[in-house]
Amino acid sequence: MIPQSFEYHVPRTLEEASRLAAQFGADGKFLAGGHSLIPMMKLRLAAPKHLIDLTCLRDLAYIREEGEHVRIGALTTHFRIESSALLKEKCPLLPETAREIGDVQVRNRGTIGGNLAHSDPAADWPAAVLALEAELRAVSPRGERGMAAKDFFVDLMTTALASDEVLVEIKVPQLGHGTGAAYAKLHHPASGYAMVGVAAVIALRDNGAVERAAVGITGVGPKAYRAFAVETALHGKPATQAHLNAAAAHAAEGVDVNADLYASAEYRSHLARVYTRRALEAAVKRARAAATA
Amino acid sequence: MKIRMNVNGNWREDDVEPRTLLVHYLRDVAGLTGTHVGCETSICGACTVLLNQEAVKSCTVFAVQANGAQVTTIEGLAREGKLHPLQQSFWEEHGLQCGFCTPGMILVAHQLLCRNPHPTQEEIRKGLEGNLCRCTGYQHIVKAVQSAASKMSATEPVRAVAAAG
Ligand SMILES: Cc1cc2nc3c(=O)[nH]c(=O)nc-3n(C[C@H](O)[C@H](O)[C@H](O)COP(=O)(O)OP(=O)(O)OC[C@H]3O[C@@H](n4cnc5c(N)ncnc54)[C@H](O)[C@@H]3O)c2cc1C
Ligand code: FES
Ligand code: FES
Repeated sequence: MIPQSFEYHVPRTLEEASRLAAQFGADGKFLAGGHSLIPMMKLRLAAPKHLIDLTCLRDLAYIREEGEHVRIGALTTHFRIESSALLKEKCPLLPETAREIGDVQVRNRGTIGGNLAHSDPAADWPAAVLALEAELRAVSPRGERGMAAKDFFVDLMTTALASDEVLVEIKVPQLGHGTGAAYAKLHHPASGYAMVGVAAVIALRDNGAVERAAVGITGVGPKAYRAFAVETALHGKPATQAHLNAAAAHAAEGVDVNADLYASAEYRSHLARVYTRRALEAAVKRARAAATA
Repeated sequence: MKIRMNVNGNWREDDVEPRTLLVHYLRDVAGLTGTHVGCETSICGACTVLLNQEAVKSCTVFAVQANGAQVTTIEGLAREGKLHPLQQSFWEEHGLQCGFCTPGMILVAHQLLCRNPHPTQEEIRKGLEGNLCRCTGYQHIVKAVQSAASKMSATEPVRAVAAAG
């Protein structure tokens, strides 16, 4: 359980960090909370020759409100998100999701940026940023760019980030009037990761019909995905139980569903439908409460 | 690489390989064997220590990441030969049998009581979810934490951890 030797680098600035990464290429890796990377290094599933520690870039750990958005620095820990008074008020889906991650020690160290960059197929944050239609912002020697969450997750543990690109910010639009969000997760009993995790955002019209639905699902396929078929099935329909049930039936449609020791593909698809229904129900309930508040 | 770390109130300076895990540094270099290695895979919590007042699994942190930091291990809790209220309560309430998980349990409970001095039973169980015990069935551990909570609110003010965003 001892990782291979590596050189450890502590860049002072973001520019220096991405320059080092560009220089080391495939031999280098960023280190944030280390709670995905270090376990992999101990198992020698990863053996970078250079680790570039981002945690000294304290400017990248923040939570702030700016106009219609909340902005979260990539180095912000799960615990800071879980306990943020600002987020509990402005974007409660984020603390609700953070609370479901691992355990308190993991939440003290792990960062939202590291979680998204790692893109484990059973990680929780990908579902939340997909449903919230967040923008993920990254910096490299070529400059800064923003990516829509739906374009960020490319394949199994593969994102749209280049190897020298530092994820710097998650920019989340605030939910409007009459909008509710919820996260429904089945924990793997040993690891705590998501067997399935569904984040749903629902906006209701005054007449109770669904104006907008956004659903992000993790744990089911090789990467987290937007369940567009669920969203389309709800659009314009009254948010009745029958319509929610019918929409949730599309949760794993067109997805190459994971099968492993813990759950067959058939069982996981079933879980995806059940947890999608639960997330939709909870989001609708909150949307109604938000509309009357 | 040269690192400086404040361990249980004393600054020390050592030369370590970057791949040295914090738990091995504490046990093998600093000689503090109260921090246990259980699973080595970030699951069991036996290796929990406080890093700048936050509970972490020291098998999942490189010692170099703790350069300049303050680390508290189980050896750092007693004051002038007097057990910390958490240690006293684990003793009184039979919060341990073999004792292997105990240092980690006590430090994660310390974290819990700093953030939430009066936890409910459910909050205690949630706070300890990253720590496994093969012996006690947890019931007595929960009781020990409850007992420590009442001792600590009566005797010493709980150190606050900076509030977030
Ligand atoms: C016991 C245990 C239980 C866990 N349970 C869960 C769970 O239930 N749900 C869940 O979602 N996760 C879980 N995790 C994973 C945890 O949330 C990790 O913290 C997270 O996945 C990775 O974040 P990190 O900051 O630790 O990243 P690191 O491990 O430091 O890095 C992960 C990867 O991302 C890259 N990276 C990191 N930061 C950046 C950046 N800013 N820009 C570009 N690349 C970057 C690194 O190079 C590396 O490849 C668990 C982990 C453990 C050990
Ligand atoms: S030894 Fe670190 S968590 Fe088990
Ligand atoms: S007392 Fe033996 S493992 Fe907990």
